[in-house]
Amino acid sequence: MAKRIDIKDVNIYYGKFHAVDSVTLSVPPRSVTAFIGPSGCGKSTVLRSLNRMHEVTPGARVEGQVLLDGEDIYAATVDPVEVRRTIGMVFQRPNPFPTMSIRDNVVAGLKLAGVKNRRRLDEVCERSLRGANLWEEVKDRLDKPGGGLSGGQQQRLCIARAIAVQPDVLLMDEPCSALDPISTLAIEDLITELKQDYTIVIVTHNMQQAARVSDQTAFFNLAGVGQPGRLVEVDDTEKIFSNPSQKATEDYISGRFG
Amino acid sequence: MTTATTDLHRPATGPAFQGVGLGRKVKNAVATTLVALAFLVAVVPLVWVLWSVLEKGLQPVLHADWWTHSLYGLRPYDDRGGAYHAIYGTVVQALSTAVLSVPVGVMVGVYLVEYGAGTRLARVTTFMVDILTGVPSIVAGLFVYALWISILGFGRSGFAVSLSLLLLMIPVVIRTTEEMLRIVPNELREASYALGVPKWKTIVKIVLPTAMSGIVTGVMLGLARVMGETAPALIVGAYASSINLNVFDGNQANLPLLMNDQFANPETAGFNRTWGAAMTLVLIIMLFNLLATVISRLSAIKK
Amino acid sequence: MSDSTLADRSASAKETPGRARAPHGAPGSSRGGAASSPDTPEGPISTANTAQGEPASTPVRRPGDRVFRGTAVGAGAFIVVLIAAIGLFLLLQAVPALRANQVGFLTSGVWNTTDPNSLQFGILHLLWVTVATSVLALALAMPVSLGIALFLTHYAPRRLARPFAYVVDLLAAVPSIIFGLWGIKVLGPTLVPVAEWLNRNLGFVPLFAQGNVSISGAGNVLTAGVVLAVMILPVITAVSREVFERTPKEHIEGALALGATKWEMVRTTVIPFGKAGYVSASMLGLGRALGETVALYLILSGTGAAPKLSFFDGGATIASKIALGAGEFNNELTAGAYIAAGLVLFALTFAVNALARAIVARKKVSA
Repeated sequence: MAKRIDIKDVNIYYGKFHAVDSVTLSVPPRSVTAFIGPSGCGKSTVLRSLNRMHEVTPGARVEGQVLLDGEDIYAATVDPVEVRRTIGMVFQRPNPFPTMSIRDNVVAGLKLAGVKNRRRLDEVCERSLRGANLWEEVKDRLDKPGGGLSGGQQQRLCIARAIAVQPDVLLMDEPCSALDPISTLAIEDLITELKQDYTIVIVTHNMQQAARVSDQTAFFNLAGVGQPGRLVEVDDTEKIFSNPSQKATEDYISGRFG
Repeated sequence: MTTATTDLHRPATGPAFQGVGLGRKVKNAVATTLVALAFLVAVVPLVWVLWSVLEKGLQPVLHADWWTHSLYGLRPYDDRGGAYHAIYGTVVQALSTAVLSVPVGVMVGVYLVEYGAGTRLARVTTFMVDILTGVPSIVAGLFVYALWISILGFGRSGFAVSLSLLLLMIPVVIRTTEEMLRIVPNELREASYALGVPKWKTIVKIVLPTAMSGIVTGVMLGLARVMGETAPALIVGAYASSINLNVFDGNQANLPLLMNDQFANPETAGFNRTWGAAMTLVLIIMLFNLLATVISRLSAIKK
Repeated sequence: MSDSTLADRSASAKETPGRARAPHGAPGSSRGGAASSPDTPEGPISTANTAQGEPASTPVRRPGDRVFRGTAVGAGAFIVVLIAAIGLFLLLQAVPALRANQVGFLTSGVWNTTDPNSLQFGILHLLWVTVATSVLALALAMPVSLGIALFLTHYAPRRLARPFAYVVDLLAAVPSIIFGLWGIKVLGPTLVPVAEWLNRNLGFVPLFAQGNVSISGAGNVLTAGVVLAVMILPVITAVSREVFERTPKEHIEGALALGATKWEMVRTTVIPFGKAGYVSASMLGLGRALGETVALYLILSGTGAAPKLSFFDGGATIASKIALGAGEFNNELTAGAYIAAGLVLFALTFAVNALARAIVARKKVSA
């Protein structure tokens, strides 16, 4: 299931503005890669280009290749909707669908794709909620609205929803920044479990989180104001945090800027 | 600071707060009074109108016959019968208007918010919606007369009235839909796209249901307003004193037409029928407003 | 998971909604793929006001998206077509009547449409009554609306502001026929002594001189203007309120921090900021007054005599004249005469509404 991602010379533009300059990196299957860097350096932009989500913004454009197990998701014959069915995303602020119950939220991806079999849906619901470490807490109130949970629970609900469609890759855009420390820890533990089945890329502002959770870390930075964001260095997490090759990386890690 | 006489009891510097000059205070007080008075000026006619209607129209409405009988066969001085034919007409015409205007209005709202943002057609459309909002109801009636009755040859009917009310209702539905769709947070759309749901399904299954209660509220409020429109009914409708169940064919009464018909009747019966119809109209409008408020409380998104 | 590629799935035959997802690890099961092209979902709300960016290459389109998008765009276009149609069809019906008209349409006040063979219709008198009632209504309503809008946004206690606003909005909910009924049967008689006093004491001013209907009948421009003012109050107030509410807090706090009284703060920050919006709101109110039919139809006493340019004239406005002629609509030419008048009304309200929007738009650009 989990697939490998190869990003090859990807440049991202918003209209005429060159937002991200030439990113090349690889994400091995069943691993966690963290994108770190100061605000505005393009890490979320690059993340969103991995499931063609940037196309939701008018004028956004990607040049280069993103290969999923060798297959370019930007090929002319590929439907972005299909891409998003295989590459899932969890957002910064938990966003369960307000008109749906917890159960319906979890299986929303399946129901909207037309799956109607009740038993199947229930199976998937339980499996996904267990996978997100939320089953025990909500199993007695699956029919209650999704909005009635705490922030951390809502985010785990969104994770359950994302894994219910069994994606090959899971993208997480600062999933813990709106949560309290206890919920954050719960989600970090969850990520460590999930990586056995999924390829995960996580954008985070929190360096300690990147150090705790990821196998590989990519550091992005801006050359200057108005300049495009760049990938400065990508390597095993341990190496980046103890002995980075680039000075900029070391400055950022030690808190001299950002 | 004087140096000649040193009065040890006088503070070295002036008081910190000098106080506002009297002229400024007076102006402020006058302004406050005028502004509050303005509000009262609005309240007085409202209360006066509603009181007049209540005082003159309550009594006829309290008879059971009012709600179950028409004025079929009754003379101008017969203070009997009721307004069932008009009530039926008003309600049925409003429903036909709703059925036709809501799908069109919602689709235009969807276009303006989800597909057309920034395009030239959308700018023109939104301008035209503003124009449509300002079209007088009588012009709407004339248009329906010109197209439906004169050129297409259909006769006057309750349905023709619905068509003119449609023109007045559509901009209301469009604006409400627009507003409600904009309130739905973008994150919900993105969450749906991230699951691999195509755009049209996202709109139909996620965005619209979230906005739905707000849209329904707006529709009910719009209906409450168009139900009282008389001008189009005068042009393309026709009063009948008996019950006509068929909205598509033949003369059909509604409450404003009834009021118009009985307005010139100098008898007590005329007085009762006119003001009774006014009272009924107010009651129905109040009911719709109440329903709208209840529905908006059930909204999925708290404003 | 399945071995089929993204491209395969994108290209496979029909979108099959009924397909269940392959369970984990089951090989070879195909997925429901999308058929042809979808829209790449463009932003639902464009934060940058650019035209829709064409993404690099998306020839893949879905049928569902195409149908739905087409319907939505069609609906938008329909509205534009509708306005054009209104103008067009009214014109079509009006032209034959205008050709048969024996008097000047804009220059004469005669209105004889009972005989289609000798059609005489001119809107001159109607124009006077229309303008007089609307201007009077505007003059009465504008200051009051300004006061109410300021009251609701800056003077009323916060918790009461909502219910108070609701009360004002209730005025908008009362149907115009009821205003007409109340206007002629209740308010009018109350205004008669006022009218008579004005006529007695200020009768040397043409506006207060004797009109072409009796003052005691109350069916004159004065009564109509007052009722119209009450009717357009909620429109002007609602829009003005929205504008005043949006006064930037920094400006307000800046003025207060200088020690301004409440009125001074309002005068120096709220009103200048909201001026364009207030004028625009008043134009909308004007448009509403011009188009008001039934209230005036019930209030104004009919007369064939020419107006004396006084507040105590009766007659009809363009709108109420059309309503009065509803019974004559059986003949094409006669109907055409009224429709011509309606066309003038459509053009007038179109212009006033466009002007109202333009004022606000210009302010947005320059702000």
